Amino acid sequence: MSTYADPPSRAFTPSMLINDRRYRSYTFQFIALLLLALAIGYLVSNLLENLRVAGLNLSFDFLGEPAGYDINQTLIDYTSQSTHLRASMVGVLNTLLVALLGCVMATIIGVAVGVLRLSNNWLVRKLMSGYVEIFRNVPVLIWILIVMAVFVAVLPQPRDFRGDDAEAQMLWDAFAFTGRGFYLPKPIFAAGSGIVITVFAASIIGIFAYRRHATKTLYDTGRLLPTFWPSVAIFFLPTLLVFFLLGGPIALEYPELKGFNFRGGIYMRNSLISLWFALSIYTAAFIAENVRAGILAVNKGQSEAAASLGLRPRRIMNLVILPQALRVIIPPLISQYLNLTKNSSLAIAVGYMDLTGTLGGITLNQTGRAIESVVLLMLFYLLISLAISAIMNVYNNAVRLKER
Amino acid sequence: MSDTHAESVAYVRDTMLPQQPPPASEAGAVKWMRENLFSGWFNTLLTLVSLYFIYQIVTGAWPWFANGIWTASSLAECREILGGQTGACFSVLTERWNQLLFGFQYPSDQYWRPVTAFVLLIVALAPVLYPKAPRQLLVVTALYPFVAFWLIWGGTLLAPLVALIGVAGGYVAFKLVEHQSFAMGAFAGLVAALVIWVLGGFVSGSAENVLALQPVPSRDLGGFMLNMILGTVCVSLSLPIGILLALGRQSSMPIIKWICVIFIEFIRGVPLITLLFVANVVLAYFFPPDANIDLVLRVIIMITMFASAYIAEVIRGGLAALPRGQYEAADSLGLDYAQATRLIIMPQALKISIPGIVNVAVGLFKDTTLVSVISMFDLVGMIRGPILASTEWNGVYWELWGFAVLLFFIVCFSISKYSQWLERQLATDHR
Amino acid sequence: MKQIAILGAMTVAGLSAGAVSAGTLDDVKARGKLNCGVVTGLVGFGAPNANGEWEGFDVSYCRALAAAVLGDPTAVEFIPTTGKTRFTALASGEIDVLARNTTWTFSRDVDLKFDFIGVNYYDGQGFMVPKELGVSSAKELDGATVCIQTGTTTELNLADYFRKNNIDYEPVPIETNAEAQPLYLEGACDVYTTDASGLAATRAAFENPGDHVVLPEIISKEPLGPAVRHGDNDWADVARWTLNALIAAEEYGVTSANVEDMAAQAGDSPEVNRLLGTEGNLGEMLGLDADWAKRAIAAEGNYGEIFEKNIGENTPIGLARGLNAQWTEGGLLYAPPFR
Repeated sequence: MSTYADPPSRAFTPSMLINDRRYRSYTFQFIALLLLALAIGYLVSNLLENLRVAGLNLSFDFLGEPAGYDINQTLIDYTSQSTHLRASMVGVLNTLLVALLGCVMATIIGVAVGVLRLSNNWLVRKLMSGYVEIFRNVPVLIWILIVMAVFVAVLPQPRDFRGDDAEAQMLWDAFAFTGRGFYLPKPIFAAGSGIVITVFAASIIGIFAYRRHATKTLYDTGRLLPTFWPSVAIFFLPTLLVFFLLGGPIALEYPELKGFNFRGGIYMRNSLISLWFALSIYTAAFIAENVRAGILAVNKGQSEAAASLGLRPRRIMNLVILPQALRVIIPPLISQYLNLTKNSSLAIAVGYMDLTGTLGGITLNQTGRAIESVVLLMLFYLLISLAISAIMNVYNNAVRLKER
Repeated sequence: MSDTHAESVAYVRDTMLPQQPPPASEAGAVKWMRENLFSGWFNTLLTLVSLYFIYQIVTGAWPWFANGIWTASSLAECREILGGQTGACFSVLTERWNQLLFGFQYPSDQYWRPVTAFVLLIVALAPVLYPKAPRQLLVVTALYPFVAFWLIWGGTLLAPLVALIGVAGGYVAFKLVEHQSFAMGAFAGLVAALVIWVLGGFVSGSAENVLALQPVPSRDLGGFMLNMILGTVCVSLSLPIGILLALGRQSSMPIIKWICVIFIEFIRGVPLITLLFVANVVLAYFFPPDANIDLVLRVIIMITMFASAYIAEVIRGGLAALPRGQYEAADSLGLDYAQATRLIIMPQALKISIPGIVNVAVGLFKDTTLVSVISMFDLVGMIRGPILASTEWNGVYWELWGFAVLLFFIVCFSISKYSQWLERQLATDHR
Repeated sequence: MKQIAILGAMTVAGLSAGAVSAGTLDDVKARGKLNCGVVTGLVGFGAPNANGEWEGFDVSYCRALAAAVLGDPTAVEFIPTTGKTRFTALASGEIDVLARNTTWTFSRDVDLKFDFIGVNYYDGQGFMVPKELGVSSAKELDGATVCIQTGTTTELNLADYFRKNNIDYEPVPIETNAEAQPLYLEGACDVYTTDASGLAATRAAFENPGDHVVLPEIISKEPLGPAVRHGDNDWADVARWTLNALIAAEEYGVTSANVEDMAAQAGDSPEVNRLLGTEGNLGEMLGLDADWAKRAIAAEGNYGEIFEKNIGENTPIGLARGLNAQWTEGGLLYAPPFR
């Protein structure tokens, strides 16, 4: 039972800043901070000097001035008299639109390919790994440009639809697929359409309620209620019933060839479609790899155990493998979404007016406010990625194995 | 013996029958096809759909490919030769071959220089990539950056030579002082290198024609060569920076840690294209008014920053995956931070991170095509700009883009295959 | 942080390498090369030929300026710029002069702090359509899809014009001329709009230029001219008077063929003598030598010769002189007197 006395504390001497581990880290940090401050100061002084020589100043006032240019795809009201800020908002929404569409489609393709890569069909397996390798190993910019070039070159142009024996025909007089984009019928909501939509929303809730009920019945009584056909019935029947009872309040506006272009309907521009498609197939190749890795990561014993319980293959997938695989799949999936969003800034290559095209493109050109525009541009993408990281953290915490 | 017995009881056979071949449906190709292609109605359907798909592609692409014209001087001429048949105009590739590979401004009598640099790159990479390659080749690797610089940009050999001597001098100084402490050694090395560079700068500056190749300004670089240069330079520069950033992020010193965290998260949060905009339209404002740093150098700076943030994250993953015991073991041996990191931690962490680093490298190489957006003429820029817009080749999409796809695919696919091979080689743990 | 340190080190290196800035003229002389910002590729105005040498209307101005300042028309570094990068390139000093069919506007001159040193081409925005559409006026373009080159005054003019005439249109923004071309040819746009000179140049590069017409409407004033940084008046003077010398040379009949003879000794015309340095000391005032204008003219010829060689009626581009004729012939070119 010997006791150790504290070593006699030595008085602080300057040499301890270098030799003593406890203090040395302060020295290093001080030096690092100093260097950083010097570097930043140097760069800022250069910036100020350059701006002074050029007679420029930094100001964000240009955002309030009229933009003066037109944008083809606007999700909010915009005219050439709106401000640069408004133009940037249009760009933000366009970025979000293509990112959202891209994420959905990339997920669908990616999951399908990832599952098919594990298929026991040799040919399909090889085809799918061919797809993954080809798309992963070629730059996305090239894919975007290829899709755009082929899109414009292969599909007929509106002028080919003209005349009595036109080279191209509309599909069911409702869809026109042209090199300028797709023209689709647009729903026109007349009086009473609100009721139809409400009924439709209610029936979707109804489907979930029914499924809950079915599960509860299963647990309480062990009776297995059918779910598929009732769900389909709930989905369609009430809405259709109300729709016809009210005399069809929702009509479709069909695109029509008038003058140079089709008019009416929904117009999806070639730039949006090619960007969307190229980003989707490119990202899907990565997602497919994540999905495959996630499924392979589930221990084989799990599926064998489930099989020995007598579960059918589909149920093994749904109830045993997927829930465990998702834990592995989702984090890289979210970072693929983030990549897709960042890659959507390549829109500028096909003239899609996303934020890089408006704020970082025409606004920057017209006002010459390069520094301000680029800073705002970076801030926006930074915000998006921070938001997505935050979602990822929340998810990771939610699915973490709860240890009791 | 059995023979006699067999004769005595007619209905009992006690000799072994010769082994029969398995039924036709359970052997060879048929069995394989049954199991792998037609094992159920769904699988059969999938097979048929795939076969149809392949058939479509082959019948669509084959005549196009087989009828390809390799010797025409314009698209119009090419179409004339084809006479309405389906066929490719590969002549755009032969006619614009040099432009696709070297851009349109690199002096054509100097093409041997980038080609030599490329061949040397393979030699220099061999000892790094293949542990079995002769170790002496590492000398080539060490010399390569300087030789390649001289070959590609030209000018006097003295400039890269001074740079080389500076590095060597710095290393010697580091070795001399290292026994005091790692930090002191690094500092001494840095000072020695700087002194040599400044002094040597005067020498090489005054003797511009010693062993000089025709100087080529960097804005004359183009084509696939530019992609290769950007990819190689930025990956090699970003590796050491990435290691430092990763160590900084894991550091226990809060200020250093936060500087690294902010840098990494900022760079990873923005798309590369905005960083290229910075290189293109903003960065020039941050340099002294008369420091003329050309666009290629500015782009290299930004891409290197971009890549090093990603590599730092990969290496951080490697550091985090090391068992705690490794750090403690190093501490208990009495190694200081620099020694422990250099001898114990980093070798293992890097080994774990290799697949990730290769992924970043492949991604980065692909991303070098983005420079075409800021009006640089890399492979994609050449195709989009001068070639597709020229009167002769207006409208030759498939051939040109197919060529670009092929080039990138070959490079990226072989890198990722290499990484998988290396992963197996390095898998020293037993499963 | 490390990067910033490296940046710092590099900028220090950059500082020590270059002498302290004294003005663009001295910089150019010290460097021995003129950095000239040009278009990335517009046949007739600035484009690399099959050998990779730059040629064109704007390129010739750069060569003349290099000849005047450095005595060597080939001492030019051509730096391709897009609509987006040109102003930063000029403001940050990457280029000394921007000769890239840039429109002289109030905000560029005043707000962006550039000096336009004159007008070398009076242009206006026009429209090109395929002949088969049967359009004869821009007013008939209701609902058309219009390809625009971004980063120019073009999209602003277009928005104004269509708003004023209350016509609908669908703008398709394109970054460079090269990318707009296939879109227009494939029919993804009905109309291509840019400066009339650019339209002519673009059309000349088509396989069948005859299938396309340029509409008569010119919807804007586009005085195109070289620009330099605001505030460096010595350099602006050199650039301005080199351009004026080329214009004046045509007026006085000085050509690349006879400039050597005329400069050999003073002739009868005092204007020509002062221009070519056989009389007075105009060159000295500019900070150059007496032969500066002679060299500028000898490089690629006078304004008229440059015009005819690159974009004139005998070239595929086939532009008439129009507004760009000398004032004596009803045009707008009017060089101030050399005295």
